[in-house]
Amino acid sequence: MIQLIQNLGKSTRVSFTKLGRASYFLIQIIFGITSVLVRPRLLLNQLYSVGVLSFLIITISGLFVGMVLGLQGYYTLSDFGAEETLGVMVAASLVRELGPVVSALLFAGRAGSALTAEIGLMKATEQLSGMEMMAVDPVKRIITPRFLAGLISMPLLAGLFSAVGIIGGEMIGSGLLGVDEGAFWAQMQAGIDFYDDIINGVIKSVVFGFIASWIALFEGYDAIPTSEGVSRATTRTVVNSAFSILGLDFILTALMFGDN
Amino acid sequence: MAFCNINDNRLTYLRVVVQNSPFRIDKQLKLRMVNSVSSQNNLVSVRNLTFSRGSKKIFDDISLDFQRGKITAIMGPSGTGKTTLLKLIGGQLFPERGSIFVDGQNVHQLRRSDLYDLRKRLGMLFQSGALLTDMTVFDNVAFPLREHTHLPESMIRTLVLMKLQAVGLRGARDLMPNELSGGMSRRVALARAIALDPMMILYDEPFTGQDPISMGALVHLIKSLNTILGLTSIIVSHDVHETSVIADYIYVISEGKIVGQGTPAEIQQSDSEWVQQFMTGAADGPVHFHYPAKEYVDDLLSSGKRY
Repeated sequence: MIQLIQNLGKSTRVSFTKLGRASYFLIQIIFGITSVLVRPRLLLNQLYSVGVLSFLIITISGLFVGMVLGLQGYYTLSDFGAEETLGVMVAASLVRELGPVVSALLFAGRAGSALTAEIGLMKATEQLSGMEMMAVDPVKRIITPRFLAGLISMPLLAGLFSAVGIIGGEMIGSGLLGVDEGAFWAQMQAGIDFYDDIINGVIKSVVFGFIASWIALFEGYDAIPTSEGVSRATTRTVVNSAFSILGLDFILTALMFGDN
Repeated sequence: MAFCNINDNRLTYLRVVVQNSPFRIDKQLKLRMVNSVSSQNNLVSVRNLTFSRGSKKIFDDISLDFQRGKITAIMGPSGTGKTTLLKLIGGQLFPERGSIFVDGQNVHQLRRSDLYDLRKRLGMLFQSGALLTDMTVFDNVAFPLREHTHLPESMIRTLVLMKLQAVGLRGARDLMPNELSGGMSRRVALARAIALDPMMILYDEPFTGQDPISMGALVHLIKSLNTILGLTSIIVSHDVHETSVIADYIYVISEGKIVGQGTPAEIQQSDSEWVQQFMTGAADGPVHFHYPAKEYVDDLLSSGKRY
């Protein structure tokens, strides 16, 4: 029993220390932003590897998620004879929920794990330490550009996901199942509000981009510099990002759509 | 012959930077010129340093001096914290007690920006080379120049080629670090360490894992760089023979204490049993071959319970 309490205390202390380190790390990142703005080249390179290279996975997943929504939505709605509202259903679920959440999960798996592994290996091979000895701050030179790239790419990727998803839904809905195309788009236009739906979705994806990049970079930076340490850190990145994204999604949804 | 180039190159570097005043003259360049006339004899002095990892005392109240313009070696068996000492000198780790002065400045009381200014004047050669793996050899050597100077690209090219020429790898400029052998990557790292013309280079186990030819090349390089560029070098190593050839002064460290010090000749003549064992590489002596354990027979006959 005593052992249990001791262990509980120990693990609490460990996780709070880690949270402290992560917060300090975030502050360092934020202070580094000005030095990145002076050298946009660093940011552009990272936007390519974090954002552009995630393009394919996001597009294909978006297309399939949209197609599945089209099918499922049609079968449910046709029971009530409300097939025409398929457009609203597909668009609302994508823009409010699935776009930001699924693309953030994919982003954490595709780009987040890569970031953790990259930073962790740089640490293991003393590249970060070497940079410090060359009087180059690794947080400014390596971490901050990657963080900003994640923050910028995430909403764009989520938007892409939703857009492709809506096309997928339309392909299935009006192409295959015969929902009237005019009704599909008109209902969507009428049913989706710019501020309530689209802007809230964008806010979500910015928050998810922030949290996923932060976790990925911190886990890499904090990794034990061995091959096992890096592999564990990569796993933690994916798991922790998924939890934080889903948990935050609940909180954000409750805050944003709670009134209606 | 190759090394004369470095000297010219350093002069050219200064001359060009000074002549073309639109390019900002770097603070460290001015500082370096001030250094060279400063008359203080010890570039680095370590005073009453104590440092522990967990419960293990790595250094226990030791004091060391590193003379300007000399090659000083720190030797000792693996795990005595030799690399830790270099990280302490570079300000990457903080001591528990004691202080370290580099060029008259207390490293651990400097503000962050001053510490970074100091580090620009130090080169460090990591055991692994620590090259940035996403860049070519050329870009690796150019890295400190691009980060810290505002020199035009054409001049950076000239400087990088000169540094690479000095380590004999001008032809390897377009290779990626994963295409280099261990000896080559260490030489590239050395070229990078001298890119900013530092006042001192810290070598972390420069000879470990080198074949005889690259070892010979490195020994020669370290010595010539030191004399020609007027550097101060600190070598951390357990390669007794190679280090004794080039070092001017040697400290032998074991279990947090200095067990012997002196010129290589004095160390060879040392009457300390420990130093003798280390220098000759005898398997048993004051340092035992066996890690502390209970009696061998008892251990074999015991129940084998996990502990």
